[in-house]
Amino acid sequence: MPAPATTLLGLDRRLVPLSATLVLFVALIVFGAASYDSFLAPQVFLNLAIDNAFLCIVAVGMTFVILTGGIDLSVGSVLALTTMAAAALTERAGWSPWLVMPLLVVGGGAFGAAQGFLIHRYRLQPFIVTLAGMFVARGLCYLIDTESIPINDPAFVSLAQARIPVGGGNTLSSGAAFAIAIVLFSLWLAHATRFGRTVYAIGGSAKSAALMGLPVGSTLIRVYALSGACAALAGLVMSIYMLSGYSLHAVGLELDAIAAVVIGGTLLTGGVGYIAGTVVGVLILGIIQTLVIFNGTLSSWWTRIVIGILLFLFCLSQRLIEGKAEKK
Amino acid sequence: MMRGLTQRALFWPCFTLVLLIALNAFVNPGFLSLSWRDGHLYGSLIDILNRAAPLALVSTGMTLVIAARGLDISVGAVVAIAAAVAAVLIGGSLDLTGGESPTRFPMWFALVAALGIALLCGLWNGALVVGVGMQPIIATLILMVAGRGIAQLITGGQILTIYHPPFSYLGNGFLAGLPFAAVLAAAVIVLTHCALTLTPLGLYVRAIGINPIAARIAGVKARPITLALYGFCGLMAGVAGLIISSNVRSADANNAGQLLELDAILAVTLGGTALTGGKFSLAGTALGALIIQTLTSTIYSLGVPPEVNLVFKAALIFSVMLLQSPEFRASVLRIATRPAD
Repeated sequence: MPAPATTLLGLDRRLVPLSATLVLFVALIVFGAASYDSFLAPQVFLNLAIDNAFLCIVAVGMTFVILTGGIDLSVGSVLALTTMAAAALTERAGWSPWLVMPLLVVGGGAFGAAQGFLIHRYRLQPFIVTLAGMFVARGLCYLIDTESIPINDPAFVSLAQARIPVGGGNTLSSGAAFAIAIVLFSLWLAHATRFGRTVYAIGGSAKSAALMGLPVGSTLIRVYALSGACAALAGLVMSIYMLSGYSLHAVGLELDAIAAVVIGGTLLTGGVGYIAGTVVGVLILGIIQTLVIFNGTLSSWWTRIVIGILLFLFCLSQRLIEGKAEKK
Repeated sequence: MMRGLTQRALFWPCFTLVLLIALNAFVNPGFLSLSWRDGHLYGSLIDILNRAAPLALVSTGMTLVIAARGLDISVGAVVAIAAAVAAVLIGGSLDLTGGESPTRFPMWFALVAALGIALLCGLWNGALVVGVGMQPIIATLILMVAGRGIAQLITGGQILTIYHPPFSYLGNGFLAGLPFAAVLAAAVIVLTHCALTLTPLGLYVRAIGINPIAARIAGVKARPITLALYGFCGLMAGVAGLIISSNVRSADANNAGQLLELDAILAVTLGGTALTGGKFSLAGTALGALIIQTLTSTIYSLGVPPEVNLVFKAALIFSVMLLQSPEFRASVLRIATRPAD
C-alpha cells in the first residue's frame, strides 16, 4: 500500500496500526506466493480459516476485553474445560448434544461474568482474577479426567464431516463458518450498538465513562461474560475439530489470542482497536504457521520466535505512535 | 493482643504454612520426622525445602519487580533458556567407564554463560519497560512467547540430558547436611534483604512503587533502578533454571519452568506484597514459596490427583486477593455489623 507521504500523515492515528497490520498481511502473502507455487490456491486460504477458527473466536472475545483496558487469561482453560465437559456429558452421561452445546456456552458466559463481577465489584486486577480463573478451569478439566476422551456422538461427527462448498471445489468446515458468523456478529456489536460504544468509552477512561452516566459496571461484567462465552464456543468448535475432549487442549492459547489482538492493532491500554484488525491478526499468525509448514525445513519453534518478534515490533510502533500523540 | 498479632504483616502466611504442616502431620505421622542418613538430613520437610528453592529464588526477583510497580511473566521462559544454554555448553555424553565424562566447555563457563544470558533476558525486559515505556505485562509477554521458541532453538527441539556428574550437585547435593539449593536460596534471600535494608535501595524501590513520578522528582534514579530490578529478576530465573535442570539432569525447553511465572506471582501475593507496588516483604515471599510447595506435597499425601492442585492454588489466590481488597473488607464489615432483624 504505497500511499503518498501526505496521506499517511493525514491518516487517522487510530488507523495507523491497522494499516500496518494489513500491509504486513499482504506482504506475507506476496512473499509466500513468490516462494511457493501452490501458495495462492484458494484452499490454502480456506484452510487458514478452518485451522484457526477457534483462535479467531477466542481472539474476537479477547478484543472486547482488551478494548476496556482489561485482559482475560482464562480463555485457553475455559476452552479446554468446554471440550472436556462436552465429551463427558455426551459420551459418559449420555446427554443430548443439542442440550449440551447451548448449556456449555451459557456456562462459559457465567464463568466470565463471575470474573467480571470480581474485577468490577472488588476492584481486583483483571490479570490476577483471570489468572486464578485459568487455574480453576484447568483444574476442573483434570477433575473430569486426566486422559483424553474421544467423542463419537453422531451430531458432533456429522458436524465435523460437514463441508460447506464455496465454489470451485473448495470447502469450509462448520467451525470456520461458525467463526465467520461470530466475527460478523462482533462487528455489529462493536460498531453499531450502545454496548460497543460503552466498551470503547470505558477503554478511553472508565472514570469519564462513569461520569457520563454510562453503565460501566454492567458493561464490564458483560464484556468478560462475552469473552467467556466466546471461549466456550471456541471449545465447541475445537471439540468438533478434534473430536475429543482433553485437559491439555489449547495450552497457551490465551497468549496467541493476545498476540493476535495486539498485532491486529488494538492498543493494550484500551479504547483503540478494531475487531477487523484482530481477524487480520489471527490470519497473520495462521499464515506464518502456513509459511513454516510450506518451507518444510524450518522447525516449528520458529513460529513462536517470529510471533514474538512481531509482537515486539507492533508494541514498539504503538509506543512510538502514542509518544507522538502525547507531544502534540 | 490477638488483634495486634493478626495485623502483623507476616501473620497470615505463617498461619497458613503452620496449618498446612499440621494437616500433613495429621494425615501422615511420619511427615515431621527428620533423620540423618548418608551425611545429610532426610525427611519430608527437607524435601519441601529443596523443591521450593527454585520457586523461592524466582519469587524473590519477582517481589522486587512487583514492588516497583512492574511484573515479569517471562520468568518461566527464562528458566527454559538458562537450562538450555547450560545443557548445550556442558554437553558431553554418557560415560560408562566411571570416569568424569568430558564436557564441551568447562562447567564454570557454562554456568556463567547461562546466568549471563538470563541476566540479559531480564535487562531486555527492563529496557522495554523503562526505555520504550511499554506496560510491564506486555513487555515481558514478548519474551514469554518467544522465549520457549528460543530455548527450543538452542536445544534443537530435543530434551538434552546432562551427564556431567558435578552439575547434578546444584539440584541434588547437600551442604552441611542441608540441600544445596535450599541453602543457596536462603543465602540469596538474606543477601538481597541486607542489600535492601543496609543501603537506601529498599527505600528507593518502595518510593518507585508508591509513585514513580514523585520518586523521580525527589531524586531517586527510578529508571536505572527499575532496569536493574528486571535484570535481577532475570538472573534469579537463570539460577532457578540451573537448579531445575540439575535436579532432573536434563533441559526440557518445552516444560522447564512451565507456569512458574504464575506460581511466583502467587508466592509473592501470598507473602503480603501488594500487586499495586510499594509494599513488599521478602520473608513473606519465601513463606509464600514454602506454602505453595507444602500445598503440593499435601495434595500428594492426601491421594488427590496432583493436577487438582491448580484448583487449590486458585482458591488460595481468590481468598488472598479478596482479603487484600479494601472494597471486599468494607462489604464484609457491613454484613458483619448489620443489626439482626
